[in-house]
Amino acid sequence: MVTGHSRVERLVRLWLPVGFFLVLALFPFYWMAITSFKPNSELYNRRVMPLVLHHPTLKHYIDLLTQTSFLTWTWNTMLVAVISTAISLVLGVMLAYPLARMRFAGAGLIAMTVAAIYLVPQPLLFIPLADVINRLGLGNTLTAVILTYPTMLVPFCAWLLLGYFKTVPMELEEAARIDGASRLQTMRRIFLPLCTPGFISAGIFAFTLSQNEFLYALIFLTKSAVRTVPVGVIAELIRGDVFYWGQLMAGALLGSIPVALIYSFFVEHYVAGLTSGSVKG
Amino acid sequence: MTLRSEPVFAFARPLGRVSIGVWLDRQSVFSWLMMAPPLLFLAALVGYPFCYGILLSLQDRPVAHPGTFVGLKNFATNFHDPIFWRVTLNTFVYTAVATLLKMIGGLALALAMNQQFPLKNLVRALMLLPFIVPTVLSTVAWMWILDPAFSVLNWLLVLLGVPKPGPSWLGNPVLAMASIIAINTWRGLPFYGITLLAGLQTVPPELYEAATIDGASGWQRFRYVTLPLLQPIILIVTLFSVIFTFADFQLVYVLTHGGPQNATQLFATYAFDIAMGAGQLGLGASVALTMLPALALLIVALTIYLRRG
Repeated sequence: MVTGHSRVERLVRLWLPVGFFLVLALFPFYWMAITSFKPNSELYNRRVMPLVLHHPTLKHYIDLLTQTSFLTWTWNTMLVAVISTAISLVLGVMLAYPLARMRFAGAGLIAMTVAAIYLVPQPLLFIPLADVINRLGLGNTLTAVILTYPTMLVPFCAWLLLGYFKTVPMELEEAARIDGASRLQTMRRIFLPLCTPGFISAGIFAFTLSQNEFLYALIFLTKSAVRTVPVGVIAELIRGDVFYWGQLMAGALLGSIPVALIYSFFVEHYVAGLTSGSVKG
Repeated sequence: MTLRSEPVFAFARPLGRVSIGVWLDRQSVFSWLMMAPPLLFLAALVGYPFCYGILLSLQDRPVAHPGTFVGLKNFATNFHDPIFWRVTLNTFVYTAVATLLKMIGGLALALAMNQQFPLKNLVRALMLLPFIVPTVLSTVAWMWILDPAFSVLNWLLVLLGVPKPGPSWLGNPVLAMASIIAINTWRGLPFYGITLLAGLQTVPPELYEAATIDGASGWQRFRYVTLPLLQPIILIVTLFSVIFTFADFQLVYVLTHGGPQNATQLFATYAFDIAMGAGQLGLGASVALTMLPALALLIVALTIYLRRG
């Protein structure tokens, strides 16, 4: 009787709510996946039970890869994400290290400014930025987004790294200084090698944010050859009122896989960064 | 420790004979030289566009034409534009309802997950997927779930007895607003939940034991132990969430384009339509800048709060 009661309680208190949230979180991805493998005859037939796959086909994937520039978009997305993440980590360290370790007038003000810039949402800046990019002649170049993504990522990386740097003990740096190392040497040779977990956290976040970015890419990249996956999918797989649902879902799934894969390798770092309370939601 | 005396040592020498190495090693010199490149970068690509945006909002500036200064005319135009007021209302409703749902749902998720069960880490990783996957791509999946002709949601509803063909989710103004709120909640809820879960795990078990001994019920333990301890985290997460929901763009742009009849148009999408669609950069900038007072307030509040923490 007692075990029966606690089993019911566990069902109500744990499995029902967790199951509910899990189904809610994952159903769109399930739906994305099975749609992408359905032939059109099944997709657009109301008499077929839609929740399962009856006649799987790779047609949408083949069409996506042969009839659209999806591979180019994927390459562009990766290139932009990797370069802007690298730039943001380097510039982020250059901001975070002095703020974490040095005493100088204005440090508090700079830290506040960095936090504030990190919180400025893109829609406040995109119109003037579009004009600036045009005047620089950078329209329809990947340079446009490689330059503008770090405007969100640098303050973000700096803020996350600042928190991480403060948790690293100072003894090793002090010892290096006593041994006559310059501040730059101390930072590069002694301090930074200790901070790999912080770089991984900041790097994954920056990478996922770059992959997720849409507004700047939409405005700056209007030619197929330079588009990223999100913009390519929206602009070229939806033509007027015609939706290529099979291809759209195949593109959405393939476009999500790199992020999901990298995330799955570094889940713990991701959650650690997330719960340090410094992430855009 | 002894290190702190070093800059003083550098000062003590006559200025002329200070070697460049010692000068570079002064804390302030080292710091400012190190921070100069990122600060210049941010000044050029955030500070300058921000100021330039304010200037643009005071101009009549068609795309590819020089601007003419018009003072506050753009803001006056907005003031007399019924769509602008609709947009304002939409944005506040969207932000308020989505934030409330994320807060309540996130708290429920955190409480449900704050128990021991097998594969907990895997479940937590899967729960975060909506937050990780590029918003545009998951929104496309939702668009198909809500498709007027082949909606799987309506297929389920019809199965449950709703008359055919089921509601037109993105064609009805109220349902369209409900849809974008639901999807924003779907995407942001895991962030709330997992962050609050981390907060819950820091609550010392002794507090619950003490409360139980004192005869507190489950609800009382939640109300008087859990909630007060979670309050700082809830506040931070909520401020984050409000800022980025208030200025949301991509979800609405992809799902409804602001329609039907501007029923889901937000500040960001409306500013985009005016600036990029109609080519009125000045007017568009003025719409975007309308977000500034509310955003500035929130940003300052959160910045101060983060600094204190």
